[in-house]
Amino acid sequence: MRRHAVLLALAGMCAGPAFAIDTTQLPNPALQARYEALTHELRCMQCQNQSIADSPVSLAADLRREVAEQLAAGRSDDDVREYMAARYGDFILFRPRMSARTAWLWSLPGLLLIGGAIVAWRIVRQRAALAANDPDFNGDELDR
Amino acid sequence: MTRYLLPLAAFALLAVVLGVGVRHSKDKGVVASPLIGRPAPQFTLPDLLVAGAPFDSRRMHGRWHALNVWGTWCVECRAEHEVLVAARQAGGLPIVGLNWRDDEAEARRWLAQLGNPYEAVPVDAEGRIAIDYGVYGAPETFLIDPAGVIVHKQIGPLTAEIWERDFLRRAARGKDGS
Amino acid sequence: MLPELGHFALILALLLAGLQAFFGLAAPALGRDRWLAAVVPATAGQAVMVATAFACLVASFVRFDFSVAYVAQNSNSALPLVYRIAAVWGAHEGSLLLWIVLLACWTVAVAFGVARMPVRFGARVLGVLGLVSFGFLLFTLATSNPFLRLDPAAPDGRDLNPLLQDPGLAMHPPLLYTGYVGFSVAFAFAIAAMLEGRLDQAWARWTRPWTLAAWAFLTLGIALGSWWAYYELGWGGYWFWDPVENASFMPWLVGTALIHSLSVTDKRGLFKSWTLLLAIVAFSLSLLGTFLVRSGVLVSVHSFAADPARGVFILAFLVIMIGGALTLYAWRAPLLKSDAGFEFASRESFLLFNNILLVIAAATVFGGTLAPLISDSLGLGTLSVGPQYFNPTFLLPMLPLIALVAIGVHANWKRGRLQARKRPVVVAGLAGLAVSAALVFGYYAGRPGLALVSFALGAWLVLSSLVDPVDRLRRGLTLPRAIVGMTLAHVALGVFVIAITAVETYTAERDIALARGETAHVGGFDFRFEGIDAIEGPNYDGVHGVVQVLRDGQPVVTLHPEKRRYLVQQSVMTEAAIASQAGRDLFVALGDDLGAGRWSLRIQIRPLVNYVWIAAALMALGGLIAASDRRYRPSRVPAAEPVATGQGSAA
Repeated sequence: MRRHAVLLALAGMCAGPAFAIDTTQLPNPALQARYEALTHELRCMQCQNQSIADSPVSLAADLRREVAEQLAAGRSDDDVREYMAARYGDFILFRPRMSARTAWLWSLPGLLLIGGAIVAWRIVRQRAALAANDPDFNGDELDR
Repeated sequence: MTRYLLPLAAFALLAVVLGVGVRHSKDKGVVASPLIGRPAPQFTLPDLLVAGAPFDSRRMHGRWHALNVWGTWCVECRAEHEVLVAARQAGGLPIVGLNWRDDEAEARRWLAQLGNPYEAVPVDAEGRIAIDYGVYGAPETFLIDPAGVIVHKQIGPLTAEIWERDFLRRAARGKDGS
Repeated sequence: MLPELGHFALILALLLAGLQAFFGLAAPALGRDRWLAAVVPATAGQAVMVATAFACLVASFVRFDFSVAYVAQNSNSALPLVYRIAAVWGAHEGSLLLWIVLLACWTVAVAFGVARMPVRFGARVLGVLGLVSFGFLLFTLATSNPFLRLDPAAPDGRDLNPLLQDPGLAMHPPLLYTGYVGFSVAFAFAIAAMLEGRLDQAWARWTRPWTLAAWAFLTLGIALGSWWAYYELGWGGYWFWDPVENASFMPWLVGTALIHSLSVTDKRGLFKSWTLLLAIVAFSLSLLGTFLVRSGVLVSVHSFAADPARGVFILAFLVIMIGGALTLYAWRAPLLKSDAGFEFASRESFLLFNNILLVIAAATVFGGTLAPLISDSLGLGTLSVGPQYFNPTFLLPMLPLIALVAIGVHANWKRGRLQARKRPVVVAGLAGLAVSAALVFGYYAGRPGLALVSFALGAWLVLSSLVDPVDRLRRGLTLPRAIVGMTLAHVALGVFVIAITAVETYTAERDIALARGETAHVGGFDFRFEGIDAIEGPNYDGVHGVVQVLRDGQPVVTLHPEKRRYLVQQSVMTEAAIASQAGRDLFVALGDDLGAGRWSLRIQIRPLVNYVWIAAALMALGGLIAASDRRYRPSRVPAAEPVATGQGSAA
């Protein structure tokens, strides 16, 4: 019960559709673009359905400041992701990191496409063979 | 024709996953910390109550202790505070109270009114140390061993029972072991 | 007394749904033809009881009956009438009742529809729908009764969540659920066919209009939800790949596959077992969506208050319904073999590719949505899956799909004689590429790459879809509604692709702090901040900003983005101000008072964004037009027709 109370309290802080307007300006457009992309792919741990770019809570503001400072200090995007994941776990990353544990997820679309292509090829070949061997195939017309 | 059984088999797997999901769903929102078993981040911050003598986390080395993250804006912290005060009176485990993103005057008033359970109160006004500890909502409490390794993390308010079970006993077991 | 009456009506509805399911399924199975006569009365009675219960809940809201716990939690004495009615489905219990009401509506419509079909088949269809209804009524009564009383009554209600106090969202759940629930009809037809052990082309023809209609409503529901998110959530997004959005999108993708596979089963008697499977899966995904939203297993913006007991109940229901259906499938589907053939470039081939790609897209969304759960239950740790995963992986099957539609609409049934149609396809393709180049290098001037490809694909699809219908009209032929609907939906899909491409590639956006009199320059427009005024509403107060939009020094429009404070729940809401022009939306949202007269503002210029929803609405309209085609109206079966035509009934 108590745990429930905590979660409700956490949820309460994010109640309402408040969002952050983030007027942070980094020194150059390239950095600014990286900053915006990165803050959008980090989950706000408090309002768990918003990125830190959109979340109005102070923790999100702190994390945005951290991202801005690290980028300005010349760290790479992966450094920032690593920094966040080391503190908050992979849960904070909206883009799952490639690893043995997420390999299945990232390979899923490719595997599905390959599997789908094989299935399509087999069905079409089988049906085309049926059509070729059917003496009545050209017998009736179907309207389009 | 086993291939017509495939959808059923896939659904059976899905049902198992969903079943696990339902069992875990009450813990949704509580995210396990990757810092368990790792050295606690070191920091030096001004002390709320001792002007001019900053708190250095190395001061706690060699001792089992708890690091409690709190703020006067945090509703849940008020209920938890009684537990902490009682814990200090009972002794056993020193508590460091990391004051997170707070108004210092308010924080001093809070401790004067409700009692001070902390051995030291480092002030994290900008929330940087909280980030190092992966804090995402007060209150949170860490159990740290004499080597400075994080042993356990409590998310949400402590109760006397949780304090006894997850903090005092773990620390006692650790002391016996060493 | 009204809440008690409603509660009682729900209990009666449960009993009648049970009778409907029992008679509908047992009579044909046991060969008790006399029981068949009980099915329709039970169905009608169930529908009346459900409607009574719903009316009682609506009346409790309208009359401010705060002695009803659900009303007290979701209404307030200052809430306007229209939102008091919308509040009925504003939270878990009432929205579940809405689900049941809409199921009853579909069931009544189906009862009229199956009157023209073989009587045992019709009984089985109604029996399956009764079973679904029984499950949901039991769920409502056991875990989510909206009629529970408070003693003593609350002096006033806690108000409807301010987010939901909006016309778009008031209509979103009814439309979305109409679509969700509508797939139960295709599901019931599929189960009935399997129980009969008989599935022919007539079956597909009966099923098609119901499926098209459900699909059209689901399309509208999703589009309305997305539109609402865009203008109400205040940060300018319209699709977040949130688990709950995905839960509605997966049945849509599979439903889209189903309406295409049904056409093959209808015209050629092919893909029978596949069509059955899609019908089962589309409805299963609707049920799964209900589970995901209400059980709290996934983290989502839209989810209802999580309650593991509800999760356990729906899971059990899922296992019975879907597990049962798939077991029946494993048993019956192998009997449905067809040895009809088709050539490589025939329409059947293209519809096969369509189905495979749509299912792959659905499976990708499914994998990403459930990945946190799967990862957790395999002990692989917690993870999050957001737009950065879904956007690229979803495009992978979708881009080839668009190209295949542009070609496939010209393919003939059975024979692969695309050669004869090569010219219009290629001309449309080249024209599409020209349009794309003009947009990318001319009008928007920049960021080629994916935009060039997807603009071209969208324009190609629009033009290619129009070739054949225009040709037929020129030759003085009339177009059947099925063709009109199909063409409209395909053209709309092309427009949709173009609009999404424009808005995703060419949105200009700035978050900026402005003092009174200062101007921000965004995407060719000047936004001048003129200050803040106080505003007052029926159950809120707040401020609005005055922002003058200018282009080349000429005033275009004055926008008033609002920030409201709802008094009961003390929550702050932003109401973005949006000016829609033909080619773009000008969007301004008001942020925080930064002190010294400065406010933070979010300014966006979103090109073609409205066409995303217009296209979706046209797709839905296409579906409805196609559903009304005369071909799908079954001629009345003679009363004396022998029903079980020798095929083993599922005793």
